[in-house]
Amino acid sequence: MAANAFIAFQKNEESRCIVEAIVEDNPEAIVSDQPAMVKVDVPGRLTIRRSTVEEKMGRAFDLQELQLHLITISGHLDETDDEFTLTWNA
Amino acid sequence: MDMKVAKKLGLKERYTLMTRDLAWETTYQPMDKVFPQVGYEGLKIHDWDKWEDPFRLTMDAYWKYQAEKERKLYAILDAFNQNNGHLSVTDARYINVLKLFLGSTPPLELMAARGFSMVGRQMVGAGPRVACQMQAVDEYRHFQTQIHSISNYNKYYNGMDEFAHQQSRMWYLSDGKSFFDDAITAGPFEFMVAIGFAFEYVLTNILFVPFISGAAYNGDMAAMTVGFSAQSDEARHMTLGLECIKFMLEQDPENLPIVQRWIDKWTWRGTRKLASIGMMMDYMLPKRIMSFKEAWEIYFEQNGAALFGDLERYGVKIPKCFAQTVEEKEHVSHQTWIGFYMKPDATPFHLTVPEPDELDWLSSKYPETFDRYYRPTLEYWAKMEKEGKRFNNRTQPMNCQVCVSTIKFNEPGDADETCFRESVYLGEKFHFCSDHCKDIFDHEPEKYVQTYISSHQALQGNCANEGVDTNAPDFNPGAHIADYWRLDPRATGDFKGSDDEKNFAAWRAQATKN
Repeated sequence: MAANAFIAFQKNEESRCIVEAIVEDNPEAIVSDQPAMVKVDVPGRLTIRRSTVEEKMGRAFDLQELQLHLITISGHLDETDDEFTLTWNA
Repeated sequence: MDMKVAKKLGLKERYTLMTRDLAWETTYQPMDKVFPQVGYEGLKIHDWDKWEDPFRLTMDAYWKYQAEKERKLYAILDAFNQNNGHLSVTDARYINVLKLFLGSTPPLELMAARGFSMVGRQMVGAGPRVACQMQAVDEYRHFQTQIHSISNYNKYYNGMDEFAHQQSRMWYLSDGKSFFDDAITAGPFEFMVAIGFAFEYVLTNILFVPFISGAAYNGDMAAMTVGFSAQSDEARHMTLGLECIKFMLEQDPENLPIVQRWIDKWTWRGTRKLASIGMMMDYMLPKRIMSFKEAWEIYFEQNGAALFGDLERYGVKIPKCFAQTVEEKEHVSHQTWIGFYMKPDATPFHLTVPEPDELDWLSSKYPETFDRYYRPTLEYWAKMEKEGKRFNNRTQPMNCQVCVSTIKFNEPGDADETCFRESVYLGEKFHFCSDHCKDIFDHEPEKYVQTYISSHQALQGNCANEGVDTNAPDFNPGAHIADYWRLDPRATGDFKGSDDEKNFAAWRAQATKN
């Protein structure tokens, strides 16, 4: 099994929508709630899609806004206008 | 009138135009004279355009998001301070973790800011240069926000006002100082591996994630918001460190042994630096959320295995200290706290033997080691305290010449033996805490003979204020060093009976009764 790529956010209303979007787009996602923060692990590849986040938030969303809530990541990053992905052993 | 709206540029195009396209090849002077430091470490770089910056953050977006982070941060700090938030922390003992964390970290953030400014100046490619510039500004921001966060606590509690003076002088701050001094005096690529990769990618999660989450759990909104605000920059820093490693390895296969040596060295140096974080998690947070051992497993062992498994394709091996750190996760936080507890006159924060329920928590988190090696000592010290005979080790410690930790760690495979190593250089003997620190010294002894070690300096008469006769026959270095450190006597010793304990109880009573 591939190692987990992960991402952690400060817990707030925006990150709640982002995490919901991750769970929808990554069926293997494991969400762990910790004091003041939330961490999401996905084996091998974690994808955040702008369109799904926008649907959850009900507004336009620029993926670079993730930077406001980010705590940490694990995996090789690739970012475009539409997708933010973290991968191991790609 | 019809207006033609220009199509908004995509992220990649914007990044190229506003970063790569702003760089140029110099003509009045050759490039190797303009960037003189990139060659002397022995790395071979053929094409700087191969450097990837996956965040593709341009300066205009950088300022926009950083400004937003600052507005959020200071709104929370103001609210916390206006609400007497310091009285809502779990227990006044908690303040001591802030004294240690916020007293030791800001000067290191400042060193990181200086380091990335210097390294950014040396990088030939525009990609890494811009990323280093952003990181330098980030580190300066962390330095400032941490000091602003201390400022409110400093109005109420003792021992927080002299951290800048103490940074270059006090024994327990020397490990962090030496870590950054070593990195900043290395070449630009070694600095990137030291801070960008080993510290930011491999180790910083231990510092900021479980510990800051722990601050939140202990009711400290100020430290939590400062910590998380800083951490929101770290994902970018981690990415820079990892890209630097990949870039060096992809540029030339001959770079591998140089890079591997730096990974081995800096993963170990960072591990030693984090021993005090272990102590903060296991001993200094009144409400504990996760043991240091658990944090090490999640953020170092599992995450490190993923990272080094991935880097295997370049021929990189897991750092050679890996197995030793896995063994030590059972021990270092206890050894470190015991090391601090026995020096009650030498820290600007208070010490305690854990309460019985806290000892039980440690027993449950460290079933293999705590009851066997550490609980009996702590219980014995609690008994001595009750009898009015508080243990106080008044001797000068022996320090490692490389990491400057006091020598207190155990021999690998034997928890009952202290580990001592030594090397002779130019006829003089130097001491180390471990094989890894000895290896680092043996590779560059001319660098590490210059390490500042507080106990050596005190014995040489260099740690006394003007007017003290250090040549007098009855000169006792220990009697003057607290003045030299500007150590507030109200901030030393045990928490029980301290001003902090009395004041906090009185203020909290005022806040809840009429």
